[in-house]
Amino acid sequence: MSNTSIDAGELVPEVEVSHGLWVTLRAVLRQPSAIVGLVIVGLFVISAVFAPLLEPYSTTNASCGVFDAPSAAHWFGCDDGGIDVLSLVIIGGRVSMLVGLFATVIAMVLGAGVGLLSGYFGGATDTILMRITDYFLVIPQIVLMIVIAAVWGPSLSHVVIVIGILMWTGTARVIRAQVKSLRERVYIKRVESLGASHTRIIVRHILPQVGPLLVANAVLAITVAIFTETALAFLGLSDPTAITWGTIMEHAFDRAAISAGAWWAVVPAGMAVALFTVGCYLIGRSIEDSLNPRLKVSYLSPRSWAMRPLVGRGPDAL
Amino acid sequence: MRKSGYLWKRSVFALVTIYVAITLNFVLFRVLPGSAISRISKVPNASPALKHALEVQFGLDKSTWQQYVLYLQQLLHGNMGISYQNMQPVTDNLKSALLATLPMVTIGTVLALVIGIAVGVLSAVRRGTVTDHATTNVAVLFYAFPTQFLGMMMLIFAASFLPSAGMTDPFAIYASWTDEAGDVIRHMILPVLTLVLTLFAENTLIVRSAMLETLGEDYVLTARAKGVPRRKIVRSYALRNAMLPTITLVALSLGGIVTGAILIEVIFSWPGIGRALYQAVLARDYPMLQGGFLIITVVVVVFNFIADLLYFRFDPRITT
Repeated sequence: MSNTSIDAGELVPEVEVSHGLWVTLRAVLRQPSAIVGLVIVGLFVISAVFAPLLEPYSTTNASCGVFDAPSAAHWFGCDDGGIDVLSLVIIGGRVSMLVGLFATVIAMVLGAGVGLLSGYFGGATDTILMRITDYFLVIPQIVLMIVIAAVWGPSLSHVVIVIGILMWTGTARVIRAQVKSLRERVYIKRVESLGASHTRIIVRHILPQVGPLLVANAVLAITVAIFTETALAFLGLSDPTAITWGTIMEHAFDRAAISAGAWWAVVPAGMAVALFTVGCYLIGRSIEDSLNPRLKVSYLSPRSWAMRPLVGRGPDAL
Repeated sequence: MRKSGYLWKRSVFALVTIYVAITLNFVLFRVLPGSAISRISKVPNASPALKHALEVQFGLDKSTWQQYVLYLQQLLHGNMGISYQNMQPVTDNLKSALLATLPMVTIGTVLALVIGIAVGVLSAVRRGTVTDHATTNVAVLFYAFPTQFLGMMMLIFAASFLPSAGMTDPFAIYASWTDEAGDVIRHMILPVLTLVLTLFAENTLIVRSAMLETLGEDYVLTARAKGVPRRKIVRSYALRNAMLPTITLVALSLGGIVTGAILIEVIFSWPGIGRALYQAVLARDYPMLQGGFLIITVVVVVFNFIADLLYFRFDPRITT
């Protein structure tokens, strides 16, 4: 105890470079793909915020004929009720993005919570939590979502909750891996030996380090949630009265847009989902790349409806 | 010894997962509000006696634990209940649906895998060139399209020259089984094409990043320095090692393939398990819904287990 004169600051710092939020942000903004992604997502967010001002026509009253083709007055044509498709897509983006956002918040809280607990405490906590995660990973999530949503009843809030509580597994694994490696670093051990409480260590020293990774995950998770919502809406499990990108496509399919050859009733909503996904994908990937260009921490996959950590099974499995 | 340990562990995991799914299937339908007879109170003149009779008929008067044991017993005998829609046993309905789904999904998945590996290797080997950028960007784009969107585009633009609904022509009279097979194959083109388009992109990106990683390894550099031909480096040194993460990710994305298949079956009226699930949702046909969830889960778990075995075969380092 007498040689505590060696102050923590005097020790030679480890080679570890701290990834503070600002450092990461600057590294991200240096990548052109991140800028492209930010512009795309930014435009979508602006159009969602100012949707009532931007929509050229009302989404409740008919403004043209049934399945009118695109024209100068109606850029994207009209749907089965004579409602302007452009207005629908602008308004629909609002709800779709909110669904994505709320579901992501639920998933991030659960995923970060499980990841932090099991990575930080290890031992039995870790084993139990990771077993649960494993089962959630293998069970086909969309089918489980369909079952829950069907039994629970179609409603937008149910869809948000169902997506949120089934989407956290990928995040949990990624965060756990990161926390585990942080736990081994000397500065955490020093803080611990100085007598800091677990809460303090997690909140002050671990969370800020995991933050950027969580943001990358969240950006990617939003697209997964929006993707899932369109699938559930297509199966008639979303709120049929709400206008989202998913229900626009579902209505078009249900109400004979296809036999009418009215591709314009489907294409704008589908392209909106695709563009928004590409935008988020570009941002998420740039954050991940700037965090660690070699370690591919997670792997987004909208079609698998979850983020998969890119690690093998077997000995090096997380 | 160690190898059998690994296999043992994976088999136990697969079995426990199926058990968890079975239990989830039971709990879910009892935890969520409402039972088969809760609406009866809204029927005018429904007497408590009628309510009780129905409760006895559906076995709802027994304790939850008794119901659970009964459920497991029946399941072991292959009894998943009677479908509300057509009054046929759920097992029979699902068997025919599964037989329709498996060929379509298998062909689509294998094709997507072959194309994905080819394109992924190409863009990794030609890293930074126009080929790389073109293939990667196309892949990202297809990866971002919702399945139902691609399916609907197929319907609008290709339905005039290819059959777009069902598995066979309902009015056709076949001279021989080859005719019938030909008809099924023609009906399969659009659904399989949609599935391939939605899946190949993901595979391409996985293979590309795995290849880039192995191409940067020291042993590849050594091989190059030794003067090993380029083809051989790519095929025997890089691709072989890049297959490991690919197998894992493809196995993990099986659940996603099922999802894509559900949407595709709905769009193209393919009489498979996804469409059965969809119709069960529309009709609130709970026995079918339960059975469908269980069957899909079991199929996914089994394929995951096969992927584990493959992984084991490909990676001699696995010991745990």
